[in-house]
Amino acid sequence: MGSRGTAGLPANITHLTQGARTRGGIGESTLRPDGTLKVTGEFAYSSDMWHEDMLWGQILRSPVAHAEIVSIDTAEALAVPGVYAVMTYDDLPTDVRHYGLEIQDTPVLAHGRVRHHGEPVAIVAADHPETARRAAARIRVGYRELPVITDEASATAPDAVLLHEDRTDHHAAHVPHPNILHRQPIVRGDVAEARRRADFVVEGEYVFGMQDQAFLGPESGLAVPAEDGGVDLYIATQWLHSDLRQIAPVLGLPPEKVRMTLAGVGGAFGGREDLSMQIHACLLALRTGKPIKIVYNRFESFFGHVHRHPATLRYEHGATRDGRLTHVKARIVLDGGAYASASPAVVGNASSLGVGPYVVDDVDIEALALYTNNPPCGAMRGFGAVQACFAYEAQMDRLADAVGMDRVEFRQLNAMSQGSVMPTGQVVDSPAPVAELLRRVKAMPLPPERQWESSEGVDVRQLPGGLSNTTHGEGVVRGIGYAVGIKNVGFSEGFDDYSTARVRMEVVGGEPVATVHTAMAEVGQGGVTVHAQIARTELGVTRVTIQPADTRVGSAGSTSASRQTYVTGGAVKHACELVRERVLELGRRKFGPYHPAWATAGLLLEGGKVVTDAGEALADLADVLGDEAVEIEREWRHRPTEPFDPRTGQGRGHVQYSFAAHRAVVEVDTELGLVKVIELACAQDVGKALNPLSVIGQIQGGTTQGLGIAVMEEIVVDPRTAKVRNPSFTDYLIPTILDTPTMPVDVLELADDHAPYGLRGIGEAPTLSSTPAVLAAIRDATGLELNRTPVRPEHLTGTDTGT
Amino acid sequence: MRVHFTVNGRPQEADDVWEGESLLYVLRERLGLPGSKNACEQGECGSCTVRLDGVPVCACLVAAGQAEGREVVTVEGLAEYAGQRSGDGPPRAGGTHSQAGEDTRLAPVQQAFVDAGAVQCGFCTPGLLVAADELLERNPMPADADIREALSGNLCRCTGYEKIMDAVRLAAARQSEGT
Amino acid sequence: MDFLRPASWEEALAAKAEHPTAVPIAGGTDVMVEINFDHRRPEYLLDLNRVGDLYEWEVGEDRVRLGASVPYTRIMEDLRAELPALALASHTVASPQIRNRGSVGGNLGTASPAGDAHPALLAAGAEVEAESVRGSRRIPVDDFYTGVKRNALAPDELIRAVHVRRADGPQQYAKVGTRNAMVIAVCAFGLALHPATRTVRTGIGSAAPTPVRATVAEDFLNAALEEGGFWDDGQAVTPSVARRFAELCAAACDPIDDVRGTAGYRRHAVGVLARRTLNWAWEEYRGARRGTEGAA
Repeated sequence: MGSRGTAGLPANITHLTQGARTRGGIGESTLRPDGTLKVTGEFAYSSDMWHEDMLWGQILRSPVAHAEIVSIDTAEALAVPGVYAVMTYDDLPTDVRHYGLEIQDTPVLAHGRVRHHGEPVAIVAADHPETARRAAARIRVGYRELPVITDEASATAPDAVLLHEDRTDHHAAHVPHPNILHRQPIVRGDVAEARRRADFVVEGEYVFGMQDQAFLGPESGLAVPAEDGGVDLYIATQWLHSDLRQIAPVLGLPPEKVRMTLAGVGGAFGGREDLSMQIHACLLALRTGKPIKIVYNRFESFFGHVHRHPATLRYEHGATRDGRLTHVKARIVLDGGAYASASPAVVGNASSLGVGPYVVDDVDIEALALYTNNPPCGAMRGFGAVQACFAYEAQMDRLADAVGMDRVEFRQLNAMSQGSVMPTGQVVDSPAPVAELLRRVKAMPLPPERQWESSEGVDVRQLPGGLSNTTHGEGVVRGIGYAVGIKNVGFSEGFDDYSTARVRMEVVGGEPVATVHTAMAEVGQGGVTVHAQIARTELGVTRVTIQPADTRVGSAGSTSASRQTYVTGGAVKHACELVRERVLELGRRKFGPYHPAWATAGLLLEGGKVVTDAGEALADLADVLGDEAVEIEREWRHRPTEPFDPRTGQGRGHVQYSFAAHRAVVEVDTELGLVKVIELACAQDVGKALNPLSVIGQIQGGTTQGLGIAVMEEIVVDPRTAKVRNPSFTDYLIPTILDTPTMPVDVLELADDHAPYGLRGIGEAPTLSSTPAVLAAIRDATGLELNRTPVRPEHLTGTDTGT
Repeated sequence: MRVHFTVNGRPQEADDVWEGESLLYVLRERLGLPGSKNACEQGECGSCTVRLDGVPVCACLVAAGQAEGREVVTVEGLAEYAGQRSGDGPPRAGGTHSQAGEDTRLAPVQQAFVDAGAVQCGFCTPGLLVAADELLERNPMPADADIREALSGNLCRCTGYEKIMDAVRLAAARQSEGT
Repeated sequence: MDFLRPASWEEALAAKAEHPTAVPIAGGTDVMVEINFDHRRPEYLLDLNRVGDLYEWEVGEDRVRLGASVPYTRIMEDLRAELPALALASHTVASPQIRNRGSVGGNLGTASPAGDAHPALLAAGAEVEAESVRGSRRIPVDDFYTGVKRNALAPDELIRAVHVRRADGPQQYAKVGTRNAMVIAVCAFGLALHPATRTVRTGIGSAAPTPVRATVAEDFLNAALEEGGFWDDGQAVTPSVARRFAELCAAACDPIDDVRGTAGYRRHAVGVLARRTLNWAWEEYRGARRGTEGAA
């Protein structure tokens, strides 16, 4: 619609009518409402909860990955002075003894068998954390170890032990083996036929390591038993109502007796989608009649949440001499670990987004998730799409080289755009400026060469190795790499993805005030900031109060899948619109007879007044409302999706797509195999930046997590024992400020007409393309193939095969 | 055991302290000062950074008994500490969007973190603030590489550090304008 | 657990004599991690924070007597000229917060092969001053490390100070980690030129069960430098000599594969670090010589 942008793109720019003149509304970089509390140390995170007389909970976890539990003796633990309760599977109060996001396959406490290293076996409540630890250490558990299943071969071997016998879940019927949790093919066109048209075919196998969310605030919370037999739970989570649905049946309580309030959340990134200590704290609270606090330490945190699926990805790409993609064939094997968690959705994303943001008519993709004895894997920022992007972008570089084209131009030639058809048959019906994003990152100025040198000499802090003084420039080679990715926004495949908002408007101290109440988990992303902005824009007020998130209001869905600003933002917008209508009705009733514009003009709420669309003020909101409060709670849904066909993968499975492109500039000490990322430039289409400062923060944060998995982050699991070898911040490394480069960001705003304000979910896309861009840059610097991430110094120096 | 020390200028006493407890635990669980954060408890993240007799340290690695008789400054006392240093009392928060109220007193570095968008989940923020404030005390106009070095012991998982760099630069610039 | 708080060195020695299992704690950067993660529950913690002498250092004519608890920050800021390798090593230790608390005494007490100070001490030449109520002794640092996380201290002994030879020539230190800050050594290398004795000494960290010197490499290099008259004419180290030295340093390693790196990588990286640190130190030596000659 309308005019054309400078780059020849359709300029779908969001135009506001209502609220355009209200300060602090959408589009402004308003500051976080919780900012002051967070910088003064007063913001109460889940681990800060405290209660008079509270006890400390402690979890005893399995020291082995796969074993039969032959005996548990808690007598000695119970005898420790200061211990109030010790509970095992046998102490669970109801027959509901398992939980899970989609498939209820996870035991609250292990029964008869442990399936992964660190699985909870027993829980203790005591008057001091040290007492609880000492008591837990005195629980005698007899284990008879079983062989471990750690990969596809061992999982599907004819005599393989089944991780879960007698599966009844809805994927069980269509999987080729019971140790395959879910399998999704995406088949379109005729790959065999298309391959004959290909002048160049490139095959590759890629390995993606296991990444940890490594949020800084450890799993923690406080459960307080209530007089009505229920429990009040203060908790850090991504989705209160999903927790509630899993917790209440295990406790044998109706949902209304499990009252959940969101405590401060110290980051999430997918790692708080599943339950951690929630049920354990509630069980101990109900058993002892005392408040129970549980706080994992960092070691336990590595066992306390799921990780990003490690994956093996085999790809075959073909192209014609003129650089057109002919076909993509892929097989993506994801390791789901011992329990299902979000694995089915990860499979759905990996398969349906497995081609990337490119137009390919002939596609044959198969993605599957395994059940193994490795640590359970589930949600992490960009899931499924992240692993695929790493592989298909490596392939695109190799294919461009084979064709003899510039790598960026090759991508642009094959880039999808609005109207393109996905391998699932879904038409992309909103802007998809893939080529433009690549153009933009490529057009950014490059950082200067040899930036570590100055008149004062060499600054090792700016060289690979940093403070460790490993090079003064020797062996250092620069490389540049590009990548682009596609991520779905919102819950897909027919999921009823909705959110609920309650908005109230009333006069407080002579001034109209809006109150927004949702159950949205603020995990740091800035949803609370945006909700206040939406309320200001829609209701024309300055003062907005954001109520704490809890289960007294309907579900907001999960803070994941880049969906909260879209869906809960959409719900807040919708509820505000209804409140506005009611307020205007009130106004018409009160003042309509005195001014004809109430009946004839388009009316807006601006600056605390009712104004006509021509700008004439009709009444103060304070006068319109008087003593009345207008309050509305509504659910809001985005457009429905549908499941993928289990055999062909066809279907309108996704709500919206999100795109980002990166250019990475790295310097590699080629002799030592050490890498310093010099710059990571990103261009992303965000539809509409509701809060530009927060948008950039999300892009830079996501980019950095992508950098981490490129060069340092990996949970190392011993393939012989399936035990985690590095559950600590000493050996699981995440980027420090000296590892993180400048990250220029170019934000494009092409409105999606189907979304509130035209916005696009933004949180995940930057995590996708960051990793392959860094890898491409390292390949550029070293000339090495590098088919696995993270890249370790061994891989860059040919010393990865032991002694 | 019993431990006495000064926190944010006020004498404090903790009773029945288990000998293996850290200063961090005592601050958080016994003295009602949970601002210093418990992200790793192994000195690898800096979230619990406090000043111990003026020196930035990880409170998780100081045994509670080692704090006996010493002076501790935590994020809760940072505004006052910075105010005393500048000699003109702590400034007041300027942001009109502050929900905590306009009366909250903030150190310049705290205000800069809010203004620059350096806070997301905020769990790393208290430790970063204590470290950044100490840097600016030592080096009022640090180069970017100096900022990075001084904050290299403080992990942040949300921001990618760019806005944190902006915040420290902003605090330094405001500080130099103010003097 | 008991918390012992000696107010003086004599009280500390008495406490250690009475409770030989007591674990000394100064900066806490090793001990508290073990306590927080439930890896260790010592019967007694022996707090050395109140023993003020341990935080002091004296610069003598030949040696620096470095109190066991002097934090790394002080070494890297105040002893750069006297102890260049140790100052460089100190700068690579963990984070600023840890450098404010951690000390060489702690590194020696823990005796981890990955301790950052060890290669610098080996290269510079140092003695550990150990004391008990029975008396005081000096342990050459070469003899101090007896196994993985084991050292030559008797159960009743405490480390009082380290006597490190003052630099008589350029020194270098480099450490490989898989992050650009706050990282444990995958391997590390220290090198000191001793023009006074016309020798070069080395130290290797994290590439054998204990920190070690590459003595064969040292002997080769000392002979090559002597024979070639390098010390006198200040010529550049020939690439073949540097390469051979690097190979011999790599051969001095006895590394393992672990989660931080492969044995093969460690050996390779030690070789690269040996060559580079030799070049840096030797170039500095040549520069200093040229400077002296120019002034003369």
